[in-house]
Amino acid sequence: MFDIVSFIPRAVAQATPLLLGSTGETLTEKSGNLNLGIPGIMYVGAISGVIGAFFYEQSVGSYENANAFLAIGIPLVCCLLGSALMGLLYCFLTVTLRANQNVTGLAMTTFGVGFGNFFGGSLIKLTGSDVPSIALSITHKFYAAKLPFAKSAGVFGKLVLNYGFLVYVAIVIALAASWFLNRTRQGLQLRAVGENPATADAAGINVGRYKYWATIIGSMIAGLGGLYYVMDYASGVWSNDAFGDRGWLAIALVIFTIWRPNVSILASLLFGGLYILYLYIPTGTNMAIKEIYKMAPFVVTIIVLIIISMRKKRENQPPAHLGLPYFREER
Amino acid sequence: MENRVPAVSMRGITKTFGPVVANHDVSIDIQRGEILSLLGENGSGKTTLMNMLSGIYFPDSGQILVDGKEVSIRSPKDALDLGIGMIHQHFKLVDVMTATENIVLGLKEDKYDLKAASRRVREICDRYGFDLKPEQKIYDMTVSQKQTVEIVKVLYRNADILILDEPTAVLTPQETEKLFDVLRNMRKDNKAVVIITHKLNEVLEISDRVDILRAGEFIGSLKTSETGVQEMTDMMVGHAVELNIDRPEPKNVEPRLEISGLTVRSEEGILKLDNVSFTANSGEILGIAGISNSGQKELLEAIAGLQPVESGDIYYLPHGGQKTSLIGKDPLDIQRLGVSLSFVPEDRLGMGLVGNMDLTDNMMLRSFRKGRGLFVDRGTPKGVATDVVDKLEVVTPNLATPVRRLSGGNVQKVLVGREIASAPSVLLTAYAVRGLDINSSYAIYDLMNQQKEKGVAVIYVGEDLDVLLELADRILILCGGKVSGIVDGRKTDKYEVGLMMTSLGGGEAK
Repeated sequence: MFDIVSFIPRAVAQATPLLLGSTGETLTEKSGNLNLGIPGIMYVGAISGVIGAFFYEQSVGSYENANAFLAIGIPLVCCLLGSALMGLLYCFLTVTLRANQNVTGLAMTTFGVGFGNFFGGSLIKLTGSDVPSIALSITHKFYAAKLPFAKSAGVFGKLVLNYGFLVYVAIVIALAASWFLNRTRQGLQLRAVGENPATADAAGINVGRYKYWATIIGSMIAGLGGLYYVMDYASGVWSNDAFGDRGWLAIALVIFTIWRPNVSILASLLFGGLYILYLYIPTGTNMAIKEIYKMAPFVVTIIVLIIISMRKKRENQPPAHLGLPYFREER
Repeated sequence: MENRVPAVSMRGITKTFGPVVANHDVSIDIQRGEILSLLGENGSGKTTLMNMLSGIYFPDSGQILVDGKEVSIRSPKDALDLGIGMIHQHFKLVDVMTATENIVLGLKEDKYDLKAASRRVREICDRYGFDLKPEQKIYDMTVSQKQTVEIVKVLYRNADILILDEPTAVLTPQETEKLFDVLRNMRKDNKAVVIITHKLNEVLEISDRVDILRAGEFIGSLKTSETGVQEMTDMMVGHAVELNIDRPEPKNVEPRLEISGLTVRSEEGILKLDNVSFTANSGEILGIAGISNSGQKELLEAIAGLQPVESGDIYYLPHGGQKTSLIGKDPLDIQRLGVSLSFVPEDRLGMGLVGNMDLTDNMMLRSFRKGRGLFVDRGTPKGVATDVVDKLEVVTPNLATPVRRLSGGNVQKVLVGREIASAPSVLLTAYAVRGLDINSSYAIYDLMNQQKEKGVAVIYVGEDLDVLLELADRILILCGGKVSGIVDGRKTDKYEVGLMMTSLGGGEAK
């Protein structure tokens, strides 16, 4: 019997990094920046948080001495700072220096993963532990803290209330991003920048500033996805390369949701569910088949792409100027 | 003339792009309650000059005064704050947004309220006589509607100095009339209007004053009521030009291309050509008229083998040779038969030329398959390129310059020149003079006539009815993919053709 009550929370835990990553990337892409550095940025967000948490834990020693505000705040600020710097670097290269976005993005991903593994490895050395991982159990307790009555509130409590705070933050950010894009003047102008920067420029919109802000804020949101992964999902345990291909999945999710963060709330749940579906295949099946299950989210994305391109509805197309540099005086 | 403070004065403006001087020491005045034409050939720096007023470019030297006060316009926003709005030749609109969304783009009002904005858009439309639906998406609009959005956008910002860059280039005669009525309403409203154009009849029809630029320099300012076509042309070109287009009598006329019942559907399944039949004769120029997107492009592409045909026949009848069907033939084979297509799209580089390649390489695109061996022959194309540059007076630093760097008119000369150089027996041209100045246009008309005298069947798709009427021996009018009629170019007039463009057979509009 398929156990939905155990399946949904696990899917949500998988979905949250994807949701944060895709919301950040959607915001970025709406400005016309195709930031393929997102996997690297999520990685950097995670390791930055880990570094902050590591030194805080070293200084307080035990859970009893830790201050909730600092235990959550220090990794959070470190994570936002690290990912914002990555976004800034990406913008400096692609907007100011007009480097090719794809190449820059891929380089950022390679760099981000290397950066994470380097500092991850260094911290592991510092602890001198035998296993190649760092356990940040104090920080995890704060990040995974749940409402005290959630467990006792029945199925509803287990499915809806029983998560760490970042899950709710992710949903609120996605809703806010949707509202921002469709209901505010800045949102309209951001979309115009991504669709047709020359037009936006002629309308008096500072194209560069919108691209910088959208990309940096988008990177910070995506970075939170990395933080959630380590501190909550992985129980505060950092080990190199554990984050896997979630960053790419987040980018696939952007296309899957046709650039709509609110749709991403449910779509990320679907992706998260598909991602862990292999855990629920009946025991005794050939384990090689597991890999086919793991392909599911990507297959779904391809199918959605085919359907969208067949329907040819203009509103469902990517921002028209996605991936292209903008230079005012070029003809 | 009374002594008013001009709405805008530009004094001693100079702007250079690398080694190219776009404007040199230009001074002009723009008055309120007046329509000013800015006249000049291509590359004479009209648009560059106005772009400096609208904040797209910044002048290297010189001053700009608005209402007598010196200002510095560093961005389009600065320009709008000063009440200067420009309607560009290529519309600056976001396709997936509605008219209203496009109009409020970039504004900083207290409250973001699209409904209120739509109401104001409607008010403006009523005041000046525009026809516009605020909630319509841009991609659903015709060119003329998009232009309307652009103009309303500028008015919504309370601009009282309006600059229109070749506003009639994309309009039918009827739409042009409507636009001119609107402009006259604005003049009554004491706004300053500048139109950039190279169509002399429009200058005479709409403007009060005309400022003429030549090769980036200011030549003179005339009152339209006191001047005529000849004087303006002389000032614009710098030497007297013969204004009549030659139309030699066709000689050795024989059918060269026979088209019957041609029907073409676009990939989306929209009917683009519906049962089109006609014959193109050698030694004759067949003009094709029609509102943009009436099937001109599909017709030429079907003949050139680039467009799948749903039904109908296209026969090629070489001189004293076998009648062959072109349907189902490879574009390359059709080209070898001597059917040559030069299509000048709106962006000029989209078809036929590669922007990043130099002149010689672009000539080679036609010939690289010729010759044997591993290496291509660069000598012959280089000769062709030199020839085209000489004959058509292409302005280029040298043959190794990427085509992208040339001005629009020169790009076109390269394209048309190359097609003619391949000595075709059927020459298909579309919009060959699109955006070209008088001098280069005449050079192209002469080329067409030379081809015609050589016995080539020339099919000429044009936008300017005046020219079609003077150049073409017969004119085929397309209306919504159907043949609206074929008329004798010597016996018809602009009004008749204009009507046939908008309604089948020239009857009342449906």
